[in-house]
Amino acid sequence: MDHPPDRAAERTRVDVVDCAKTYPGGAQALQRTTLVVEPGEVLALLGPSGCGKTTLLRVIAGLVDPDAGGRIAFNGDDVTARPIEQRAVGMVFQHYALFPQMTVAANIGYGLRVRGVAPEALRRRVGEVIDLVRLGGLEQRRPAQLSGGQRQRVALARAVAVQPRVLLLDEPLTALDAKLKEALRDELAQLLRQLHITAVHVTHDQNEALAIADRLAVMQAGRIVQVGRGEDLYREPGHPFVAEFLGRVNRLQREAGRGLALGGIELPCPPALGASATLLVRPEDVQVHAGAAPGTGWGQARVLQRTFLGDRVQLRLAVAGQAEAIVSDQPRDCPVAAGDTVAVTIDPRRLMAAALEDAS
Amino acid sequence: MTRRRRHHQGRVDAPVLLALTVAVTLFTVLPMLLSVSAGLTNNFSRGLASGLTTRWIAEVWALYGATAWRSLLLALACVVVALLVGVPCAWALARSRSRAARLFEELLTLPVAVPGLATALALILAYGQLRGFRQSFAFILVGHVVFTLPFMVRTVSAAFARDDLQSLDEAARSLGARFVQRFLGVLVPAVAPSIVAGSLMVFTLSVGEFNLTWMLHTPLTRTLPVGLADSYASMRIEIGSAYTLVFFIVILPMLWGMQALARWIENAHGSSPGPRR
Repeated sequence: MDHPPDRAAERTRVDVVDCAKTYPGGAQALQRTTLVVEPGEVLALLGPSGCGKTTLLRVIAGLVDPDAGGRIAFNGDDVTARPIEQRAVGMVFQHYALFPQMTVAANIGYGLRVRGVAPEALRRRVGEVIDLVRLGGLEQRRPAQLSGGQRQRVALARAVAVQPRVLLLDEPLTALDAKLKEALRDELAQLLRQLHITAVHVTHDQNEALAIADRLAVMQAGRIVQVGRGEDLYREPGHPFVAEFLGRVNRLQREAGRGLALGGIELPCPPALGASATLLVRPEDVQVHAGAAPGTGWGQARVLQRTFLGDRVQLRLAVAGQAEAIVSDQPRDCPVAAGDTVAVTIDPRRLMAAALEDAS
Repeated sequence: MTRRRRHHQGRVDAPVLLALTVAVTLFTVLPMLLSVSAGLTNNFSRGLASGLTTRWIAEVWALYGATAWRSLLLALACVVVALLVGVPCAWALARSRSRAARLFEELLTLPVAVPGLATALALILAYGQLRGFRQSFAFILVGHVVFTLPFMVRTVSAAFARDDLQSLDEAARSLGARFVQRFLGVLVPAVAPSIVAGSLMVFTLSVGEFNLTWMLHTPLTRTLPVGLADSYASMRIEIGSAYTLVFFIVILPMLWGMQALARWIENAHGSSPGPRR
């Protein structure tokens, strides 16, 4: 319990083996899932609401029992049968769940107090954690007297004060407004690196997941669709759902075995895309040139809509050969207006195949 | 257009509403004033002209003073028992979704709907032969607890059932707290305002309870309301009225004190950052 502050906590590997969860009444919140969280890694469970990410987190926490056959191990130590009280996990809740009648210091020290840590050691540890999350001077405040960001930091401090084996974060930034969220996101990412603790982070916000996590597990309908580093998933999604959930994509159609019809030209497709009839491309990879085509390899498009978004301009383009409008992101100084005719092209290397599973 | 008309109507209605309010208030307050003044006049049939006196109050105090303390002690004991039994019960009911739990909750509320006389009769039938119990205050206390418990349980279990309480419980569990530590250290303090509200209600109901108590009391275990009925039935009207005055004098400071305490607890508690009531 009394580790010196600078010593990294023991790093724990988390194994989720064949865990499924069926609620009474038959609703299957989680399909049979196997997942490894490496020691010291921050893993995000990312997906829309109802995808099973919170259920998986609660199974790891010990708040929900997996169906028979499922197993959870921390560093090879099987904890499946242990309730959350005995799993030594730290948890940050969506609305923080701070104890309203306790001061900041009492909230943070609660886990140590119920373990019977001596008052002197308790005070020392609480002081360390308060310094870590920069809450100095607020020790005697109550949660109701804190701002949203401060509450979030108290919740994190309370969870890590007991030096848990695994830190679990359930939508930790959802309760904050957009601006604050962005600032705290980076701060949280930095804190988690400093703590060197294995962490599982549930979110529905892909930016939050990309900023905080080392690896992402994208979930849909109770199963993990793909696991990997954020950049890899963004660039080479193995599943159209991943491509669509991590940022935005255009869906393009082509006839089997031919190139991509794009405003009067046929764009050659790399063989790596196979015979996939649906191709995906991100809006930032759709190039637009005002006026006539600057060379060969450019098709023609009509601008349906121009939306100024501050840091960029979003164009919706009608393109011959494609049934759906294509969205393109342009620099904020883009002079194109709605109704203009423009030249359009796509670097074929930026095209992604909507994998075969798309048929299902 | 519609807004203007509504506004206009509001103005026309206001004097009518004011007059109505004043009329209803006078109608309600008048009996109280009359009763209090009856307790202070020498001879009520001759009116205030007969002069004011505190003689009736002194007489009531000599005859029935003990009932005031008994009533207060009984109400406090009732609050204590309702807390000890009702708060854990409220937690259990808030957490359980079983049919049995809902049925139990209905059963618990029944004594509020059933006339107190019937409840009292049932208690006498069941336990009347236990002489020591029958003749003690514990017998009346049991009756009061049966009647007031649902008010405590309902108020507190509504607070325990809130989502943020579930999260608080889970947070305390994740930090390694055992049930007793969580319950006393986190959950009960988190619903303290509701517990105080429930206690106030139980106290008030117990002090004024007449139905049950009238059936259950013995000459040695009379409470304030029972004494009041006795004095109305067997003494001069001035004594009965003076009794009402005594009732006010004893109960009102107590209620004000408890309400101040409740406010103080609520302030000290601070409001929760989560969704609340």
